[in-house]
Amino acid sequence: MSTLTPAEQELAAAPRVGIGPHLLSVADLGAEGIAEVLRVAEAFAEVERRSIPKVPTLRGKVVATLFFEESTRTRLSFETAAKRLSADVLSLAVASSAVQKGESLRDTIETIEAMGIDAVVLRHRSSGAPEQVARWVERAHVINAGDGWHEHPSQALVDCFTVRQVLAEASGVAPSSLGVACFEGLRVVIVGDVRHSRVARSEVLAYSALGAEVVLCGPNSLLPVSLEGWPVKVAEDMDDAIAHADVVSLLRLQAERGSGSFVPSLREYTAGWGLTAERVHRLPPHAIVTHPGPMVRGVEIASDVADLPAVVATRQVTNGVAVRMAVLFLLLGADSALEGLGGVRG
Amino acid sequence: MAEGPITVVIRGGRVVGAGGARRADVVVEGGTIVAVEEGAATPPGATVLDAWGCLVAPGLVDLHAHLRQPGHEEAETVETGARAAALGGFSAVVAMPNTDPPIDCVAVAEEVLALGRDAACEVLVAGAITRGRRGEELAPMRELAAMGIRLFTDDGAGVQSGAVMRRALEYALGIGVTLAQHCEDESLAAGGVMHDGAWSSRLGLPGMPAAAEEAMLARDLALVRQTGAPMHFLHLSTKGSVALLAAARAEGLPVTAEVTPHHLALLDAAVEGYDPVFRVNPPLRTRDDADALARALADGTIDAIATDHAPHPPEAKDLPFDQAPPGMLGLETALSVALGALGGILAPEEVLARMSSVPAAIARIGPADRPAASAQGGPVAPGAAGHLCVVDPEATWIPDAHRLASRSRNSPFAGTPLKGRVRHTLYRGVPVVVDAEALQ
Repeated sequence: MSTLTPAEQELAAAPRVGIGPHLLSVADLGAEGIAEVLRVAEAFAEVERRSIPKVPTLRGKVVATLFFEESTRTRLSFETAAKRLSADVLSLAVASSAVQKGESLRDTIETIEAMGIDAVVLRHRSSGAPEQVARWVERAHVINAGDGWHEHPSQALVDCFTVRQVLAEASGVAPSSLGVACFEGLRVVIVGDVRHSRVARSEVLAYSALGAEVVLCGPNSLLPVSLEGWPVKVAEDMDDAIAHADVVSLLRLQAERGSGSFVPSLREYTAGWGLTAERVHRLPPHAIVTHPGPMVRGVEIASDVADLPAVVATRQVTNGVAVRMAVLFLLLGADSALEGLGGVRG
Repeated sequence: MAEGPITVVIRGGRVVGAGGARRADVVVEGGTIVAVEEGAATPPGATVLDAWGCLVAPGLVDLHAHLRQPGHEEAETVETGARAAALGGFSAVVAMPNTDPPIDCVAVAEEVLALGRDAACEVLVAGAITRGRRGEELAPMRELAAMGIRLFTDDGAGVQSGAVMRRALEYALGIGVTLAQHCEDESLAAGGVMHDGAWSSRLGLPGMPAAAEEAMLARDLALVRQTGAPMHFLHLSTKGSVALLAAARAEGLPVTAEVTPHHLALLDAAVEGYDPVFRVNPPLRTRDDADALARALADGTIDAIATDHAPHPPEAKDLPFDQAPPGMLGLETALSVALGALGGILAPEEVLARMSSVPAAIARIGPADRPAASAQGGPVAPGAAGHLCVVDPEATWIPDAHRLASRSRNSPFAGTPLKGRVRHTLYRGVPVVVDAEALQ
């Protein structure tokens, strides 16, 4: 068995910021918790670059993924992360489960918890469902993988991780050496359907907790009804907003949830708030464009623009695994510590 | 019930009447109050109920209770709902017609009234305005009025079509009944599960804007002006509604209105933890709205307090917030919650009036519409019916969801210390609640 790499040694040595028992909202983490997830994720990113990208850290733990709403990348990302940590993965296919026979969410949760699972990764179309589930479970950790329009905490963490990675590369330093100080004063412009976006709500909390200046930009009918208490500014004009942006977070227009009717037409939406080939030139050269996927080319982003190096959507997908490994590790691995990160202890 | 006439002496309390409360014992014999005086003698064989430190008021009247029978007996029955009402100090409740089948014909109305005949309080019914509560054709209001029904509503939903509402008002005026509206414009409120504002935005829950209530209220006030028909507005919940209603009253329109204890006491922020017990229609609103409602009650813009008691069985409330049905229990906690929310705004005697004589007049079961010996809503005076509510305004208690008389447990106040508790309730001169315990 190998010895610990420097990154793993850092992981093992540093005092751990407690997170948990659940990850329901980015607000559960605060700046310190986010910093801790990014630090640990960096170590796991290194694990991923190995020829056998697997560690025995969560051996014997069972992680259940419970997706009541369609998802490809988030589910695969969590399941891959759990497997790389050697956890057993129990994947409940809602379409073929007792849920179809009228079983309630509460009974489903109680049933799978009775099987001895350690964590539930939950995606649900109802805002707040993970919070309710967290009240119902006895000992399992609950991880919100997206609830209604409310939050998608792991996605916001992936976005922060990716932004830091790009910033580090630009300055030729290791991402971990930047800590979270690199977010201080960063200008992040979130564009599009903020009203119906759980990614936007989690990003606002994450970026603002880290000291970034967050600006929202979108058709007024797709901004939240009230921004009371939100640490954000609103930009009326997309061209002005992106001209000074360090990060542009593009959101998907959720046409399948009816947000299409909030604007006169997709054409008008794209003209006003799409990252078009004409508009992309207004971006500062160093600007980073994130997109949580799936991307609708030709609506929120022009096809050619989507393939520019500034757009880091693919990297976000890659980083998703390391960040979710960090989340699982910090919530579930706290007791077993690094007992097997490299397999050398004991 | 015991054989022969029952005699009860309520001793040591302060009797609520015009101009405040005064120390007096109340003697009730054979269903009627026979004496209200200090140091009344105890007739032989009388039951003596201690009322030291308590206010003795007319039995409370609830204009707005969902008793769920027929159709949803898993949530409530007329019997359990009436017992919950008695525990809350009520001697009369108006059962809402959104049952299954709805109370839109004589047969169903008769069934509910029959179920209420031996209940712990008087059970009246409101009829539906439209058949099936579908908002299209008028229900047989004249036939229902002939049974004594005086209030009609499609509550649970508002009548969406202005044309249907206009016809209904014209018809109701002609037969001498009052229509009551649940103001909610569905084109604005559809899909919403809480108040549309800062909290819905933060929590990512679809909102029901205040405008959904105000738009229908404004339309209906115009129709009242148009037709001259009287109208009652159910569970008003916004500051904007208060302003509309105040203008209508200043103009002299024949309108009345109610507010629920929960809209006075709870705010939209309560939804923060996504507990479906806080999902209700109209939704819990903002501090500004709750303050405006309390002021409106104090200045008389809003007449009455009504519960909108809406039982749902545990499995229906054990769902994600947006999938759980709206509604919360109210009967057993209404007076306590109202006294608490209105402390410093409205004297306890006035709170009691807004829950007894005032709603009795709106339901047309008070002394103006019935013989004194059977009228609801007081006064506490010789010759009046023995419907009484004895409340200890200083007693504190904590409602236990598992020990409520209601079949359901969806009380937002379960586990919350409340001040002011109903101690005894008399219905037709018979103690149905003694020391906060239901008899029977």
